[in-house]
Amino acid sequence: MVFSCENLCKCYGKVQALEDVTFSIQPGHIVGLLGPNGSGKTTLIKLANGLLTPTSGAISICGGPVGKESHSLVSYLPERTSVPLWMTAAQLLDFYCDFYPDFRRDAAEEMLRSLGISPRQRIRQMSKGTREKVQLIATMSRRAKLYLLDEPIGGVDPATRDYILSTIITNYDPDAAVVISTHLIADVERVLDDVIFLNQGRVVLQSSVDDIREREGKSVDQLFREVFRC
Amino acid sequence: MHWQISSDAPIYAQLIEQITVNIVSGGVPPGGRIPSVRELAAEAGVNPNTMQRALAELEREGLVHSLRTAGRFVTEDEAVIHQAKRTLAQKHICRFLSAMADLGYGQQEIISLLGEEQED
Repeated sequence: MVFSCENLCKCYGKVQALEDVTFSIQPGHIVGLLGPNGSGKTTLIKLANGLLTPTSGAISICGGPVGKESHSLVSYLPERTSVPLWMTAAQLLDFYCDFYPDFRRDAAEEMLRSLGISPRQRIRQMSKGTREKVQLIATMSRRAKLYLLDEPIGGVDPATRDYILSTIITNYDPDAAVVISTHLIADVERVLDDVIFLNQGRVVLQSSVDDIREREGKSVDQLFREVFRC
Repeated sequence: MHWQISSDAPIYAQLIEQITVNIVSGGVPPGGRIPSVRELAAEAGVNPNTMQRALAELEREGLVHSLRTAGRFVTEDEAVIHQAKRTLAQKHICRFLSAMADLGYGQQEIISLLGEEQED
C-alpha cells in the first residue's frame, strides 16, 4: 500500500474535521478524493503531509510513518500558491532540483514549453491560473511514490484542465499512486480508478468508477449530485 | 482515432465498443498493430488501468492478441472480425427497435418507414 489511514480522527477544538477514516490506496491507482466544501479533503491531505498531526488513528506512507522519510516519497500540491513569488519559473525549477533528488528538470521544462510559459517570467507577474500550472508542473515532475494534489484544476480553464489531466495520465507510473482532491468530478472522472466520497469528515463511499457506473447506471458526477443534494 | 466517453455506461465498456468499431471498420487492418496501453489511454484521456481492462477483454474475445514483446495486434481471422461487426450491428438494431417501439411503431410500420427513407 502506498497510502493508508486507519481510524483517523482530527479535531480542531470542538470541531471534528475527520472521524474514523479508514482506507488504503494501492500503487498504480489514481484516486479521486471527492466531497463538498468542508468535508475534510484538505485536512486529510495535510495530515498525510505532516502539516497537521492526527488527534487519533494512524497514517502510513509506503509502510512507514509520516515524517522526514515520507517527504521524499510524497509530492504535494497545496490548494494555494505556496512557492516564493519573487522567483522566476526557472528559479523555481532550480529550487526544486536542490530540494528533491527525484526532480526531472527536463520534464518540467518541456511542460512549461508546451503551455507557453516563459521560464524567465516571475511568478508574481503570472495570473492565478498560470501560477497553478507552474506549481502543478513542479509537483508532477518529481518521481514520487505518492502524489497528493489538492484541487489541481480548480482555477484553470477547460483546455488547460485537459492538459493537466493528460499530464497526470502520461506521467502514470505503475509503482506510484495519485490522489486528486476536487469537486469538479465530471472533469476528472475518466482518469480515476477509484473514488472516495467524504462527507462531514467521514468516508461515505469508496468504490471504483466503473463499479459505480455499472451498479448505478450513472456517472460518478451524477451520483455525487444525488448523494450531496442540498 | 476519435474517442467519445458518455456519462452513464462503464468507461471500459465504452472503450471496448469504440476500439471494436475502429477494427471492424478497417481503422486498424487485420493483423495490424495496436498502439500501447499508455498511448491509447493518453489519446482517449482515460485511466491507463481502464484501457488495460478494455484491451484484456478484447483479447478474451479473440479480436486482438498480444505478442509478449512486440505489442498487441488485431486478429487475422476475418471470421472473428465479421462476427464482432454483426454483434455491434445487432446492438444498434436493438436500440433502434426499442426507441421505435417507445414511439408506438410496430414491426411492419418500421420496415415500411425504412423503405421510404431509402427512396428519399
